[in-house]
Amino acid sequence: MPKADSLQGSLNLLVLKLLSRRPDLHGYAIMTGIQEISEDVLRVEEGSLYPALHRMEESGWVRAKWITKDTGRRARIYQITTAGQEQLEAEESRWVAVTGAVNRVLRMA
Amino acid sequence: MSLWSRVSNSFHANRLQRELDEEIESHIAEAIEHGRDPAEARRAFGSLLRTREQSRDAKILIWLESLASDAVYGIRQLRKNRVASVAAILSLALAVGACTSAFRLIDAMLLRPLPIADANSFYVLTYTVVEDGKSITNDSFDYPQFRQLRDAVSSEADLLAISYGAQNGLTYGSDYEIEKINRQFVSGTTLGLFGLKPSAGRLLTASDDLKPGAHPYAVISYDYWKRRFGRDPKAIGRTFRLGAESYQIVGVLPEGFTGTETGTMTDVFMPTMANSRAIGNEHWAWFRTWVKLKPGVSPDRVREKLAAVSGAIRTERVKNWPPGTPPDRIQSYINMPLTLESAASGVSGPKREYKRSLGILGVIVALVLLISCANVANLMLAQAAARAREMALRVSIGAGRFRLIQMLVVESAMLAVAATLAGGLFAWWSAPLVVSMINPPDNPVRLVLPADWRVLGFSGALAIGVTLLFGLVPALRASAVKPISALRGGEDPHSRRRLMNGLVAAQVAFCFLVHFVAGLFVATFDRLSHQPVGFSTKGLIAIQTVIQGGAALPRWEAVRQRLSDAKGVEAASMCGFPLMSGNAWSEDVWVNGRPPDASTAPYFLSVSPRWLETMQIGLIDGQDFRSEDSYPKVAMVNEAFVRRYFDGSSPIGKSLETQSRKKRNRLEIVGYVRDARYRDLREPVRPTVYVPINWTEANFAGTEEQKLDWATFMVRLSRPDEPGSIERLRDTIRVEPGFRAANINTQEELVRQHTIRERLLATLSLFFAIVALILASVGLYGVLTYSVLQRRREIGIRMALGAPAAEVARRVTAEVFSMLLLGAVAGIAAGAFSERYLEKLLYGVRGTDVTMLALPVATIFAAAALAAIPPVIHAVRIDPASMLRTD
Repeated sequence: MPKADSLQGSLNLLVLKLLSRRPDLHGYAIMTGIQEISEDVLRVEEGSLYPALHRMEESGWVRAKWITKDTGRRARIYQITTAGQEQLEAEESRWVAVTGAVNRVLRMA
Repeated sequence: MSLWSRVSNSFHANRLQRELDEEIESHIAEAIEHGRDPAEARRAFGSLLRTREQSRDAKILIWLESLASDAVYGIRQLRKNRVASVAAILSLALAVGACTSAFRLIDAMLLRPLPIADANSFYVLTYTVVEDGKSITNDSFDYPQFRQLRDAVSSEADLLAISYGAQNGLTYGSDYEIEKINRQFVSGTTLGLFGLKPSAGRLLTASDDLKPGAHPYAVISYDYWKRRFGRDPKAIGRTFRLGAESYQIVGVLPEGFTGTETGTMTDVFMPTMANSRAIGNEHWAWFRTWVKLKPGVSPDRVREKLAAVSGAIRTERVKNWPPGTPPDRIQSYINMPLTLESAASGVSGPKREYKRSLGILGVIVALVLLISCANVANLMLAQAAARAREMALRVSIGAGRFRLIQMLVVESAMLAVAATLAGGLFAWWSAPLVVSMINPPDNPVRLVLPADWRVLGFSGALAIGVTLLFGLVPALRASAVKPISALRGGEDPHSRRRLMNGLVAAQVAFCFLVHFVAGLFVATFDRLSHQPVGFSTKGLIAIQTVIQGGAALPRWEAVRQRLSDAKGVEAASMCGFPLMSGNAWSEDVWVNGRPPDASTAPYFLSVSPRWLETMQIGLIDGQDFRSEDSYPKVAMVNEAFVRRYFDGSSPIGKSLETQSRKKRNRLEIVGYVRDARYRDLREPVRPTVYVPINWTEANFAGTEEQKLDWATFMVRLSRPDEPGSIERLRDTIRVEPGFRAANINTQEELVRQHTIRERLLATLSLFFAIVALILASVGLYGVLTYSVLQRRREIGIRMALGAPAAEVARRVTAEVFSMLLLGAVAGIAAGAFSERYLEKLLYGVRGTDVTMLALPVATIFAAAALAAIPPVIHAVRIDPASMLRTD
């Protein structure tokens, strides 16, 4: 398993969370989705989104398939897998733990 | 990772990338649909997209691209070390060029198949005769025997009579316009069995070869057609005169076929029946017997059958031999072993004569090439040392070993290719030059030297081989660098020097071998060319003269008188043929009732009065022939004859007997003359009998005819260098109607032709010995310089501690000079081994002579000492203080 640094870790977390709520999103939808929900605070770069998606696909956390949209254009849509669900839970709890710890430090100091 | 998974991954990666590309396109389309600016949407992918796009194309070409960058880098490296590179390329070019040149010669002379159909199914029949205790391979046959052999094996093989190529004078129209051409007589079926198609007209067939003298037809070679007629179709049907007969040209051979004799180009082919006088003569052996096996027949079966028939013919023939012939001679004649030799690449005298010489020259140039490669390898090793840090850096930023080797081999290959190109130019120029050095009077060797795929293939293989030879080992070593130790300053500084020293030892060994062989050849040439011939060649001209239909001796005498009276002529006389011209006439003699010598029959030569005076051969006792003397009544003999038959006491008044057609002739010895060389420079002077040119009875060809149709005038000129003097002699002969000079040579040329091969070997081997010496010295200089450079700190410390200069010099050179010794010992061993192979080409020297061994050693050591001086001076001039401060 690749070592997850904080930024990459949080991107994986956001993508997996989004996919667990709304399956069958394509890359653009994931990008705009994160942007909208975070009210424009979090902006995902195309240059990091796609490598991240492919890494997760390789790790078996997401599944991808090609569909043909009504407009006739092909698009690649992503779904979260069971392994992805477990990974999501692990990362989410770690995130909660880390942010909780950070908040405590901020409060107490 | 296994090779397979690498390969499949690379395909897999390609597919992934295609998908990613499509996904990105779809993303951009989506973004545009949502109202984003297309350019901006595309730009959002930024570097990701750009690298993807580039790498997609580059993936396929990535290797080529790395090669190209290596090449660019290589050029930069070569240009950085400009002097070293130029030296490397030049020395390699010389060696590669010499190799290519040698290959062109060896290929043209020995290997290249004749341009005929199914060349490999042709053989030539040879047999071994023992002469003077040496076995000599012979391949000449007479027609009556050929006919019987041909009929005996007609179901298994086709036998072809193909005559030796010979020079003839040929005339179209006026008798005075003599052209010299090479002609061969061939069996009528020959050209058909060779699968040749005419370029014009028709070729000879079996029906052109039925009755002696009945088929006055000839075909000419394409080369001659082009040269003489400018490819004029009207050449077909022209008639020419050759000897007493006229022949009509009926066709032209295909381009590229120049006869069966490698080294000679035949211009005119005639049916064997055109040589009408020889057809019924069993004493006239004038052609080779070629054998074309029918499909599925083994050469051994045909050989056995031919041997049986030949044995029977010989058994029949010895019955006609004179009584008193030694029985062992009869036995060895009957039991002459027959062999079938492959004729696929042609058969010729020069080919036999130069086979070994060319092989040895090939080995010499290969050695020079190895020396040169060792030099360049040393250069690369030294450079690799200087670049160890660069290599270490490359390794530490992730360059794979293979990638490094590739980079270094590309650099070597560039050197090799540049050298091969330059060497090709050298070979282009030098191969014909060497061929032109093989030039017996009037009959220079002519070889087709095309630059075709064989030569190109050889050059290519040579370039690759050379690259691997000098490039691979340094590349392997340089790429095996361990970054840590290299960046720290090298782990085992001595290992590289050990390799370089090993290369020096090899160079010295090769260099010694080349010098040793060159020394032997030079000594051989020197001894042969200073061999006394027993007569003076100064100003002596031999004019071989012919007259159609022959003339009685008084008319010849009139021509001689004219020559004798001509301006600038000191003396003029006649003889059958010039000494040392390659002609020979030998006969058995009976002296004091003793039977003929089994091993060597004395040489005979017919001469006119005052021939001794013209040749300046001394008369010991007795007197010269007088004009009324005739053959077979009187004779003069030489010292060797007297030693053999009269134990050195004067033979005057005694006699010798010869046999001619069952009748004994008794010749009274009237003169006792000094030894003179007759045919060969190598053999001891043979017993020789001179007889008057005035024949009263049988003549040479065995008929009663007393007319002489050819003889040689020997003329001594007081000023032979005067321009036009030869032409004046030719004109003088022409004054007497019918007489004409067929061939004019200086006696000097005739003698010199016997040392052509030796001169060639001596010149070329000496040249290569010098090249080898220069290359080896440069190599030595390089290695010493490198070693001084590498050890300058150590030297500095030693000098700071008080080591004297002599001690430093000794330390610097000891290692290399021990290599020199090692190389010399190896070279001497190789030389002693090779001597057996050279023996046949040597004269008057032996490889075991101390001088022959000592001379190369001394030369090489002197050159080594010279090469060592600059680095040693550099070493002892090292200033300890500044040296130790800099590091």
